[in-house]
Amino acid sequence: MKRSKLWAWITFGVAVAYFLVPLLATFEFSLRIRRGTYSLDAYASVFSDPRFQATFGYSLLVGLFAIIVGIFIVVPAAYFVRLRAPHLRPLIEFVTLLPLIIPPIILVFGYIRLYNTSSILPLTGSTFGTDILLVLAYVALALPYMYRAVDTGLRTIDVQTLTEAATILGANQMVILARVIFPNIIVAVLSGAFLTLAIVIGEFTIASLLNRPAFGPYLQNVGANRAFEPAALAVISFVITWGAMGMIQLLSRFAPKTAALTD
Amino acid sequence: MTEFLRIENLVKSFGATTVVKSVNLSFNAGEFVTLLGPSGCGKTTILRMVAGFERPTSGSITVEGRDITDLAPNQRQIGMVFQAYALFPNMNVGDNIGFGLKIAGKSRDEIKSRTEEMLKLIGLPGYEKRYPYEMSGGQQQRVALARAIAPRPRMLLLDEPLSALDAKIRVSLREEIRAIQRELGITTLFVTHDQEEALSISDRVVVMNAGNVEQVGEPFEIYNKPATRFVAQFVGTLNTIEATVASTADNTVSIDGQIVKLSALPAGASNGNPIALTLRPEVMTVGTRPDADITLNGTVEEAHFLGSVIRLSISLGRTVLNIDTFNDQRTAPPARGDHVKISIASKDLLILGA
Repeated sequence: MKRSKLWAWITFGVAVAYFLVPLLATFEFSLRIRRGTYSLDAYASVFSDPRFQATFGYSLLVGLFAIIVGIFIVVPAAYFVRLRAPHLRPLIEFVTLLPLIIPPIILVFGYIRLYNTSSILPLTGSTFGTDILLVLAYVALALPYMYRAVDTGLRTIDVQTLTEAATILGANQMVILARVIFPNIIVAVLSGAFLTLAIVIGEFTIASLLNRPAFGPYLQNVGANRAFEPAALAVISFVITWGAMGMIQLLSRFAPKTAALTD
Repeated sequence: MTEFLRIENLVKSFGATTVVKSVNLSFNAGEFVTLLGPSGCGKTTILRMVAGFERPTSGSITVEGRDITDLAPNQRQIGMVFQAYALFPNMNVGDNIGFGLKIAGKSRDEIKSRTEEMLKLIGLPGYEKRYPYEMSGGQQQRVALARAIAPRPRMLLLDEPLSALDAKIRVSLREEIRAIQRELGITTLFVTHDQEEALSISDRVVVMNAGNVEQVGEPFEIYNKPATRFVAQFVGTLNTIEATVASTADNTVSIDGQIVKLSALPAGASNGNPIALTLRPEVMTVGTRPDADITLNGTVEEAHFLGSVIRLSISLGRTVLNIDTFNDQRTAPPARGDHVKISIASKDLLILGA
């Protein structure tokens, strides 16, 4: 084996160990709820906990709404920027990156200050209003991922020519977006959706400060009061995130193909 | 013939650059007109203004007497075929062809029968369920044509539809396009930079340069009677001879020291003045010819065998002429270094204006 190749394998091995050893240790620990034997009792305990089901279901629902709202905001915006205002792309990219720069704690305090009960739009005054605020916060939080995913999808198709082809056939902008553009970037949109879901499921700061019964605060609560269940929950969270990533990979196989056969 | 499309004083500027400079054109119903010119001459911009994708800076476009200058593209009832096919990748061939009909609110049965009719017309019956990526470039472009004409548009625009295809398919598809256009009798505006394409399928050709129309005419007229030096040089291959007026008294000029008598000299010519003469490669003959009244002596510099034609580069001194001769299996073509006589009929010489 060549020396350079050996070093490559050693580096790879160290990286894999750095990533997998803590995970395997967590998994192993999650199985040790019974003294002297491995069991899945910690998982059974987590799954049978009604708070797990309620908080997970709540986060899933909030995530779903965040995805829908995100799609309705990001897809038309990215499409129009590409089509009509390509010079605005750097600005839009900067704006979409802001949620990565601004910590969620700042974001949520800003929301609370802006939408408190004495404001013009008192969203925090009701449960439903706070839920809306949480959804919108998650839309903002997922914006960098959703925008980039959609923009990458738009880059794979000839947006301008497809739009012109549909326009000259009589279609209006709504029809073009719904029937021509969206179906051709659906895989990219779903990538953004799964990334959004992965973020939302584990998010703690915003949900906690808005006092909503989400999965993130539940994880924290269990972690503070139990020994083995938090390890099981960490493994479950990883599986959910990996599942989302795996779905992105799987869906990319079904992307509409654009190339022609060679003559 | 009735006038179908009129373009009046059309101007288009992008910032400080004017790409279309007060163009006036008129097309008859059922006509196949080609806008021909080099890249950046404004031909595609005119087509895009007719389609409605670009708004003219000034001027007007009327179709059958109705001003459509400010009409949205989806209200114009125009069909268009793009260079890059622009088939919708998420739809199969049937859905692509039926797209315009669906938008127009046609019934499912009508869409189905029209789609089948279109597929028969383009020679791809039974291809409804195929997806664009499963087809060759030529097949995709035929589907794009079918999609454009399926909603029965008033006019068809073709934006360099053959440019992305290979040479053989380009020739067969352009003939198909012309046949379909004749069959449907649809007024068609075709944009290309390929002069052979333009000359072979058009009723009339509009030659453009730097935002201006240089000449409008039938292909035969454009090729044989170019109105300007640009048209003569852009359309077909042209030899330009820089000569000097030898004597205005007997209409003679000097070409690299060889005295040649012309039928006439341009008005205002005087002895010693430079003069530009042009002639097509195919009007010259190597050897003698009964109808030729001009003979020049030259030396073969290059002989390019192109199959049915042999292109010779013959030096007269400073001037090098390109001459096309048909390949004759019984006679070997002139070789490099051979001294040859070139015969020309003076009527074939073009004395160009500016």
